[in-house]
Amino acid sequence: MIYRESGQFKKSYAADQAILPLRQDQVFLIGALLVAFLVIPMVASNYVMNALLLPFLIYALAAIGLNLLVGYCGQISLGTGGFMAVGAFAAWNLATRTELPMPVVFLLAGLITAGTGVLFGLPALRIKGFYLAVTTLAAQFFLIWLLQRPWFNNYSPTGVISAPEVNMFGWVVDSVTDRYYLALIILVVMALLAKNIVRSSTGRKWMAIRDMDVAAEIIGIRPMATKLKAFAVSSFFVGIAGVLWGFLYLGQLEAEAFNIYVSFDVLFMIIIGGLGSILGSILGAAFVVLVPIFLNVVPSAIGLPLSTAMISYVEIFIFGSLIIFFLIVEPHGMARLWSIIKQKLRLWPFPY
Amino acid sequence: MMFFFEVLIGGLMSGIMYALVALGFVLIFKASGVFNFAQAAMVLFAAMFIAGMHGDWGVPYWMAIPITILLMLGLAWIIERVVLRQLVNQEPIIMFMATIGIFFAIIGFAEIIWGSRSRTLDIGIPDQPLFIGDMLFQQYDIVTAIAVAVLVVLLLIFSQRTRMGRVLRAVADDHQAAQSVGIKLNTVWVVVWFVAGIVAVVAGIVWGGALGVQPVMVDVAFKALPVLLLGGLTSIPGAIIAGLIIGSGEALAEVYLGPIIGGGIDNWFAYIIAMAFMVWRPEGLFGEKIIERI
Repeated sequence: MIYRESGQFKKSYAADQAILPLRQDQVFLIGALLVAFLVIPMVASNYVMNALLLPFLIYALAAIGLNLLVGYCGQISLGTGGFMAVGAFAAWNLATRTELPMPVVFLLAGLITAGTGVLFGLPALRIKGFYLAVTTLAAQFFLIWLLQRPWFNNYSPTGVISAPEVNMFGWVVDSVTDRYYLALIILVVMALLAKNIVRSSTGRKWMAIRDMDVAAEIIGIRPMATKLKAFAVSSFFVGIAGVLWGFLYLGQLEAEAFNIYVSFDVLFMIIIGGLGSILGSILGAAFVVLVPIFLNVVPSAIGLPLSTAMISYVEIFIFGSLIIFFLIVEPHGMARLWSIIKQKLRLWPFPY
Repeated sequence: MMFFFEVLIGGLMSGIMYALVALGFVLIFKASGVFNFAQAAMVLFAAMFIAGMHGDWGVPYWMAIPITILLMLGLAWIIERVVLRQLVNQEPIIMFMATIGIFFAIIGFAEIIWGSRSRTLDIGIPDQPLFIGDMLFQQYDIVTAIAVAVLVVLLLIFSQRTRMGRVLRAVADDHQAAQSVGIKLNTVWVVVWFVAGIVAVVAGIVWGGALGVQPVMVDVAFKALPVLLLGGLTSIPGAIIAGLIIGSGEALAEVYLGPIIGGGIDNWFAYIIAMAFMVWRPEGLFGEKIIERI
């Protein structure tokens, strides 16, 4: 009885076009943002912020980026880790070799990643489906190899470099809370941006290409420009996520930290969360970040005497099984579950 | 010049090993349209069980290998029951993700039983350097090549000359048509995954013998994928020929190109070969021509 659109009239085109037309949804979103901005920094310990919330926010950003490409434009990519690395290393080199202010560094790093994305997106014009997915592994392996060349870490003897100080318009992002806020602000802004891109003509073209590219071409959508645009925008998001991952979360940069399993993790997020859904990317990121921590804590909490090695094996096994379980229960992801819940709520207490 | 040929032959031999893993992918993709990422995990699973049973329990190899083959049958049956049957008619990307789930589940399961320490697997394949004329060969490579040739011939006989093979080809052509003439898809999938499992056992023995059995073995998947692309996702001979091309190309590049642009290029070189080739021919060397209709 609470969640219902009756009595809410749209009196302008702007109101009709709103992202969240229902007042209840708006209240919910504002509530969620208030919790994220005010309540969580007060109650969460440093450990939770650093080990849980920060990776969640950054992964969510990467997942949104990948979802634009896979979920909206239908081009499967397994190169996310490589693109994140490009973003991180571009930002590091720009920050240490030039005097550019940090916001510009972030932006340029994103743009450099976008350029790289376009380069590796070029085969998508000829290659489709799984062939393309495997081709994007070329990006993953080649980029990681390239970034391990000494020039990119400025001939550091260990190959590991530490992130520079992040100074955003005079705000020195240093403490865990600061880093949390920066990641959160960037995520919120970019999620809003993504939501609006997919509602625009660009987003509709992507979806047309995804659903059937030959048909889309016939109705006048240029496949080349559209696909490359998807690669560019997606890589921009992923690149920014890479910068945040290196500068805010790891603190130390190393190309190996962005290996193929990072790409798989991000892909899991969007599949489990829901392909073609911005909210789904965020839910999926929460799931993939939480599950390993959960699996790590539970055996000791219920008193199972397992060695650390055994826990990590069981963790791998359960993680795999959970993915299968989720796909069987709801192949369209958590976003679909969310919309089913909303649909039921609207009719409640009646069955239909 | 002699050195060139030695590198070339070494590359060809490792190419055969890549092809062995790629074969498993091809079998499953052909028959069910599933891009089975778990093939590499099946290789590891087989190798770990053979090496583990022999090393920890003292089971002789002639018993450990048949037991493992039976296990692969069980695995195929479980995968069909628990995963494939539930996901019938889902989009290919969902199936692909499910196989990544299977990949992790199999690795986790094998590690729960056998741990992650490195083991040796030596079923007595001779491994001596051998000179034919002036050229240096490894006996191990020659035995492997023969074993792979036998396996491919058996697979071709199976798919072209037996009733089950005909059924598999029918399913590969058109699921619905096959079903409508009375072919049980569920049985077919168990058979296909089982055959891929047997290929995985062979691959596990060969790879395990060459490199030792340990969890990083699953990285052979990333070696096999470009082979798969270059050969075409649906062609058994394609997998072998592409394996040879990529193996030799990679070895030559590492020796002649490596010093110029820096070492470790074997991680990505194969992908670049495959990618460059596919821009010219998107379905790979022997893949079925993709015809698009609206």
